[in-house]
Amino acid sequence: MNRHKLETVVHGIFLIMGLITIACVLLITIYLVIAGIPAIREIGIVDFLFGEEWASTAAEPKFGILPFILTSIYGTAGAMLIGVPIGFMTAVFTAKVAPFKVRMIIEEAVSLLAGIPSVVYGLVGMLVLVPGIRELFDIPDGASLFAAIIVLAIMTLPSIINVSLTALEAVPKEYEEASLALGATEIETYFRVSVPAAKSGIAAAVVLGVGRAIGEAMAVMMVSGNAPNMPSLFESVRFLTTAVASEMSYSSGLQRQALFSIALVLFMFIMMINAALNFLMKRDKEN
Amino acid sequence: MIAAETKKKNTSADAFNVEGHLKSSGYSGALSSTSGAATIKKPLSFKRKAYINTMTILMWICAMVTCALVVFILAYVLYKGIPNISWNFVSTSPSYLSGNIGILPDILNTVYIVLASLIIVLPLGVGAAVYLTEYSTNKKLAGIIEYAAETLSGIPSIIYGLVGMLCFCQFMGLKTSLMAGALTLVIMNLPTIMRTAQESLKTVPQSYREGAFGLGAGKWRVIRTVVLPNCIDGIITGCILATGRIIGESAALLFTAGFAHALNGVVKGLQSAGATLTVALYVYAKEQGEFGVAFGIAAILVILTLILNVAARLVGAYFKKKRA
Repeated sequence: MNRHKLETVVHGIFLIMGLITIACVLLITIYLVIAGIPAIREIGIVDFLFGEEWASTAAEPKFGILPFILTSIYGTAGAMLIGVPIGFMTAVFTAKVAPFKVRMIIEEAVSLLAGIPSVVYGLVGMLVLVPGIRELFDIPDGASLFAAIIVLAIMTLPSIINVSLTALEAVPKEYEEASLALGATEIETYFRVSVPAAKSGIAAAVVLGVGRAIGEAMAVMMVSGNAPNMPSLFESVRFLTTAVASEMSYSSGLQRQALFSIALVLFMFIMMINAALNFLMKRDKEN
Repeated sequence: MIAAETKKKNTSADAFNVEGHLKSSGYSGALSSTSGAATIKKPLSFKRKAYINTMTILMWICAMVTCALVVFILAYVLYKGIPNISWNFVSTSPSYLSGNIGILPDILNTVYIVLASLIIVLPLGVGAAVYLTEYSTNKKLAGIIEYAAETLSGIPSIIYGLVGMLCFCQFMGLKTSLMAGALTLVIMNLPTIMRTAQESLKTVPQSYREGAFGLGAGKWRVIRTVVLPNCIDGIITGCILATGRIIGESAALLFTAGFAHALNGVVKGLQSAGATLTVALYVYAKEQGEFGVAFGIAAILVILTLILNVAARLVGAYFKKKRA
């Protein structure tokens, strides 16, 4: 009887520990919604989302976050444009072509790339990339959307490579053997049989990369210049993440509330990306 | 007229030459075609050859770019940073009076925050994993928990920072302190620990559990004495991964742990604001323009990353050997 009681109690404790993850997600959602709604209400959702000017400390403050939204979207798209081909090709190479030793080297390199803290990327970007861009394109300041895109492309490489690598490894050997037996060469087999068979996983890799890119704050803050302009490749820009980070420490009143609203918008983006990721991962597993 | 005639002559001579050439090579051509038939090997068309070559070259280039990036970043940071690291640098506090810059408080803050986060997140993460693999019979609930964990791992750190500030610093009254930062990092690292623990719980053979149950042990006893000791490798790997993430984290700590450089003991340190190494790097580089100091910290961070990577690999190899 006593033992039975103990078992029930222990079961209950583990159940609570399991439920904590759900509680955390709810906590984050509720806090963001409660903190984010008031400013959107006061500013008006259309003015807030589609306003083209952000002047939070002006005498007549304006809170339009369209520049941030567009910058985040363009920045992420640009990073994917550079990062996906490189990451994809590296993944195919590592999974299928590379000799064992080369493969070990690449895997080690990728795990290091994933482990380097984002502020270190920011620092290197600040001192190598930004002056480089300034001189190469002959513009007054290299801290720009372009610099942020390159840093983001590098930072998303490990996620893209690792997830597509796993997907490519999971392709059944029979598919490849059948293709080889029909006279396709190895390279043709990898790109025309293995890759299509792993396409859900590779798509998941891209979506994961998008999530990483859109959520990155510190490295981007250090290289993007941080002025609330409409996005343009060689101008100083501000992302959704950096908009929150750069003003939070000295904000107050409506400005502070507006920052929470920006975080809420960012959170919405992330939730959509998560849903897409979950869908793709599930489909990959089913295949 | 004359030119045309000579041209005609030339072409006829050419034609003759070609014919002669064909005649002389005709025999060998027939021979090569028969040998081709014997091995049934058709040469690849130009288009296929071009495709294969381009893809191969592209793959090599991309893989090399990836590796070159890593080598460049590591080499650059170490080259710029190591000359700045001295005993004075790592063993003193910064002082505005003497203009001295030391990072001892930042190192200690990092150690405190890593320890505090791990102590809290380990039981929670492992407990959740145990619930999912050992207890859960409700598939729907398990699905929701796993989806929640996946959602958590996708949320950007800046959002953790904001919620941590609202929840721990303001609502729970912890103010800007290392403890608030550590609690924020607990939520962030929960999915990491949970996933690695879950993976290794799955590798514990079902027969172990059945054997223990057969001897009359209760479920809790089985978990405590059979299941958990067998998944220690997953827990250690999870710890290493989480440590790496905590050391590298900055956006979530900016508004929860602050950026003070005071030298404190563990108890007082956790209650007061303090910068970890990454936050200190950010502040020195972006706000104060002290790039030498920033590179010194960056070099330390990169070396720590290298050590953690090697440690994770060694732990994995050690347990694999032990199991086999």
